[in-house]
Amino acid sequence: MVVIQKKIKKIDFGILPPDTVRKMSQIRIVTPDTYDEDGYPIEGGLMDLHLGVIDPGLRCKSCGNRMVSCPGHFGHIELVRPVIHVGYVKMVYTLLKATCKSCGRILVPQEEIEKYKELLARDTEGETEEDELLDIIASTKKVSECPHCKAQQATVKIVKPTTFYEDEQRLLPSDIRRRMELIPNEDLIVLSINSARARPEWGVLTVLGVPPVTTRPSITLETGERSEDDLTHKLVDILRINQRLRDNISAGAPQLIIEDLWDLLQYHVTTYFNNEVSGIPPARHRSGRPLKTLAQRLKGKEGRFRYNLSGKRVNFSARTVVSPDPNLSLNEVGVPKKIAEELTIPEQVTEWNIDHLKKYIESEEYPKANYVIRPDGRRKKIGELNREDVIEELEPGYLVERQLKDGDIVLFNRQPSLHRVSMMAHRVRVLPGRTFRLHPVVCKPYNADFDGDEMNMHVPQTEEARAEALSLMLVQDQIISPRFGAPIIIGDQDFVSGGYLMTKSGVSFSRRLAERILVKSGITKMPKPDVEKDRFSGKLLFSMSLPTQLNMDYKNRLCKDCDKCLKAKCPYDAYVRIRKGKLLTGVIDKVSYQGILLDTIFREYGSDAAREFLDGSTQMVLVALMDQGFTASVEDSDISDEAKKKIQDLIADAERDVNLLIKMQHDGELKRIPGKSLKETLEDNIMAILGKARADSGNIAAESLGNDNSAMVMSRVGARGGILNVTQMAACVGQQAVRGGRVLRGYRNKSLPHFKEGDVGIDSRGFVRSSFMKGLTPIEYFFHAMGGREGLVDKGIRTAKSGYLQRRLINALQDLVLRGDGTVRDATDTIVQFQYGEDGIDPQKCYGNDAVQFKKETIYYDEVERDNVEDVREEGEEYE
Amino acid sequence: MSDSLEKYVGKLPMAIMKKLREETKDLKAAEARKVADNVLEQFLKNQAEPGEAVGIIAAQSIGEPGTQMTMRTFHYAGVAELAVPQGLPRLIEIVDLRREPKMPIMEIHLQDDIKSDEDKVISFAENMENVDMKELASIEEDFVNKRIIVVFNEKSLNEHGISLDDAVKKTEKEVRRKAKNKEGNQMMFEPGFSTLRSLRRFAARLNKIKLCGIDGIHKAVVLPEEDGSGWFIKTEGTNLKAVLEREGVLPSSVQSNNIREIEEVLGIEAARNAIIREAKMVLDDQGLKVNPRHVMLVADVMTYNGKTQSIGRQGVSGAKTSVFARAAFEETVKHLHNASIQGTKDELKGITENIIVGQPIPVGTGLVKLGMK
Repeated sequence: MVVIQKKIKKIDFGILPPDTVRKMSQIRIVTPDTYDEDGYPIEGGLMDLHLGVIDPGLRCKSCGNRMVSCPGHFGHIELVRPVIHVGYVKMVYTLLKATCKSCGRILVPQEEIEKYKELLARDTEGETEEDELLDIIASTKKVSECPHCKAQQATVKIVKPTTFYEDEQRLLPSDIRRRMELIPNEDLIVLSINSARARPEWGVLTVLGVPPVTTRPSITLETGERSEDDLTHKLVDILRINQRLRDNISAGAPQLIIEDLWDLLQYHVTTYFNNEVSGIPPARHRSGRPLKTLAQRLKGKEGRFRYNLSGKRVNFSARTVVSPDPNLSLNEVGVPKKIAEELTIPEQVTEWNIDHLKKYIESEEYPKANYVIRPDGRRKKIGELNREDVIEELEPGYLVERQLKDGDIVLFNRQPSLHRVSMMAHRVRVLPGRTFRLHPVVCKPYNADFDGDEMNMHVPQTEEARAEALSLMLVQDQIISPRFGAPIIIGDQDFVSGGYLMTKSGVSFSRRLAERILVKSGITKMPKPDVEKDRFSGKLLFSMSLPTQLNMDYKNRLCKDCDKCLKAKCPYDAYVRIRKGKLLTGVIDKVSYQGILLDTIFREYGSDAAREFLDGSTQMVLVALMDQGFTASVEDSDISDEAKKKIQDLIADAERDVNLLIKMQHDGELKRIPGKSLKETLEDNIMAILGKARADSGNIAAESLGNDNSAMVMSRVGARGGILNVTQMAACVGQQAVRGGRVLRGYRNKSLPHFKEGDVGIDSRGFVRSSFMKGLTPIEYFFHAMGGREGLVDKGIRTAKSGYLQRRLINALQDLVLRGDGTVRDATDTIVQFQYGEDGIDPQKCYGNDAVQFKKETIYYDEVERDNVEDVREEGEEYE
Repeated sequence: MSDSLEKYVGKLPMAIMKKLREETKDLKAAEARKVADNVLEQFLKNQAEPGEAVGIIAAQSIGEPGTQMTMRTFHYAGVAELAVPQGLPRLIEIVDLRREPKMPIMEIHLQDDIKSDEDKVISFAENMENVDMKELASIEEDFVNKRIIVVFNEKSLNEHGISLDDAVKKTEKEVRRKAKNKEGNQMMFEPGFSTLRSLRRFAARLNKIKLCGIDGIHKAVVLPEEDGSGWFIKTEGTNLKAVLEREGVLPSSVQSNNIREIEEVLGIEAARNAIIREAKMVLDDQGLKVNPRHVMLVADVMTYNGKTQSIGRQGVSGAKTSVFARAAFEETVKHLHNASIQGTKDELKGITENIIVGQPIPVGTGLVKLGMK
């Protein structure tokens, strides 16, 4: 494949001079008609074949190419009278005010001009402040006599958008153009107008460029009717008025009529450039929809810049629903066969792989080749008919596009792509079904769940791209988040509960089950049974997924912060001790899976080891979890009658306290919190009492449910939900908040029609006594919905606001790159930081926020306690 | 002890050296060196790689948790009266560099001899509060005789540490009019009001005169120091310059959350530190973990040219040299027109520009070129 790589060095901006517009033009457009009765483009019309072709079968009269290969060519319209370009009104206005009406010089004495020029020269060297340069325009304001030719100056006024008056006298665009022509180039420099690129008179148009038809294609409706592009409509308007103006002038119509038509032409040209100019009504389609003209095509989120230039559509991509599959490696993505058959990877034919590639071409089913590309760039689809021929002619230099197969590198992405781990490289695993499959541990970086989320896949097409994806973007290398320097690819939910249930003290497995657990996680060595003959402890089995030499001590989530830590003898299984890759004490929970254990493995043993640990341990933990069974049913929220009674009493007590407070406030006995009104004080106190009541009732419920209750287990080990969820399910849902306080709104002096006016009791202000288990009363339900609604509204606003914040941040910081000399610089090579982060440390390699870890333990492990832990693996027996 | 670590000075940043010394202070020299070697090795290994798109990572690291932040206004550190925007709105406020935050707040610690005495601190706080005349005096409108009688409340004047004389003088100065019939704590204005309306208007003006305190400080609350060493003051409203100049204030301890004001009074470095501090405070109290290096980079971008710049079209994004980069962000048409008038060249040095023209971007692997040997 021959690649000609040209690099664009720079792009110049300027105004198109009228001569250039004529030179660029292939044809002068004169008639407002587009097609004749046969539907053939009219010569000299807006669809003239010189402007390019959009109909199949026709040839371009300028370049002779057909539809796709003709790039389109410009035409032009000669305007009978000049009109002002809306985009340059501001420049024209400034110049009219700042220059002399008779000699065109800037209204500043010569020596001042020289001074400014000098300033300007220094400015390009970055030595002056921008503000000094603005002064020159301001300094011309009060000048009434030209310092060069002594002519008296008039005041110029503008009526937006495009009409000018000089001392109440209308300034016609032709006058303005003449005035602009007078201004000498030397004076323009001072006004920071680059006269080589933009002579001011070019801002008053005498000739209008007509864009190629390819930029304003018409569409043929089902009825066979043609529907023209908005730009074409606008150009038709301009041509019509231009024609009428010409006719009237040659007919010698009165000046008034000519000026009216002239203004109309100005209106059409103005709206042709920008249909959202303030001061004039936007041009509308017959249906009443405002036309989308040039400025609208560029502007905003759906404009050319943001929609087509900053973001481009790509080939070799796929999108479908995602679903979970813990049997995959976290590096893998399950790709539906249908997608794998469609997407291809180009393989260069060499003398070494030619036989191998021929097999793909030969094959009639799945891993086959879809296309062959000849060295001359011609692409051939492989089908029944030409299969033999293609194999025959295949030789080094050809490209074979073969279907995606297991092990290929692809990029996988879920929107919104808020951070870089929203797009990672995975290895393909072709699977039956119609959904992408991913390992649940990578949900967190993608922020994916499986309630219908869709994700995108991209297939890199060059060796370079694949190499970069593999070495920079592979999932296993993203385990540590660059935001906070701790694992972001983590086992959560079931993996945590599973880890707990498997490694809890006293849990053991039969040989059969142990074999299943180990095989599932790809371990082919059996440890020696450690509980009794043929019984294996969960801790032992879990250890099999740990790196062999791992030594660690840490406290897990169950730690109760005892006064004196018993360390390995912890009665709560909260002290985790790992020696030589064997889990000696402690239980696996959230802390292990989402923090220190995974973190340490990644750092000490690298990303391969971390991947192996996550893949292996999540597998075994799930087998263990499924073996034991882990459910939460209505029964799990059912607490004893005794507890129910206690909770009722508790809430009754709280209600009494609240009523007492209200009474105190009535009697003026309540002590005000400094700085708060009495009412606020009361509300605060009530909220505190009710909050405490719910917390207490939660504790009663928790006690009644016991530690083995599923919800309690999940909340204790950090799998899902907290004690609050247990409370709400089993004990009491509690106070519903709207706007950070109790429900106050609704009716006059009451929250709902069911209450008396002025009722301040707990029930009327959104306290929900019931638990979800018991069920909410209609009134409670309503209050609960009020709180819920607020949450939804809040979320909506937040996403919009934070989205914009993100866009601004990215835009402001995107050019900052860490350079080879350790500095951070922007696109102009200006130094923003002399040393990145003041120490040059990569946040992704940080330990939390710290650049390094002080590992006194290393010594400790090495010398003090490399005690006699037997290596479970080495002495284990092999099984098949 | 410290000698054994001498050779690491200069190789490790000071903060790490300090911590290293502390951590190894009860180890033997050989052991300490072993730890230090390990630390040095880590430090070198953990250096960021050239070409890293540190800007984008920083922006993402601050923007991404934005989706998880709350919007509600919370009450400040247990002080009921100071309700400060928290979370996302505050973060937006910081990067926007609003001229004045929604709730400007200062924290003022006092010199040792004052801060231990609660009463002294309270009176100090009261002296600082900007108090309206209406809270210190009763203003009566005498419609019959068309005059206004002002009666100062001497007790409250005292509380705010202002003498009657000063109060009278200040009032006269503010309304540019001499009072008549000054008698004790009374005075009278009889400036020939022609209409009742003008009389009322004058009274309203009197009511609003700030008699004492520091301009801009609306409220001052006294709170106990965290370490129990005394009391400090938290104010609503800021006036950094005046507070710093006040006798008794410990200037190095004064904090304001008004970044613009800090820039004006203390300079750009202080502004940078304030941005870092304020942004970190928001993130910390939302419980979001973000490496301070990211926050620092954002603060540096906002301050690196010596003046504060906001994040957005008014600031950093609007000041970019590339026309395309500006046009692709906001105000597309304006930037294109200006570029054509000025005959600007786009050198295509940044990210957006190169994306737009379809070229590899100058970041990471796009930054290096390979040569054949």
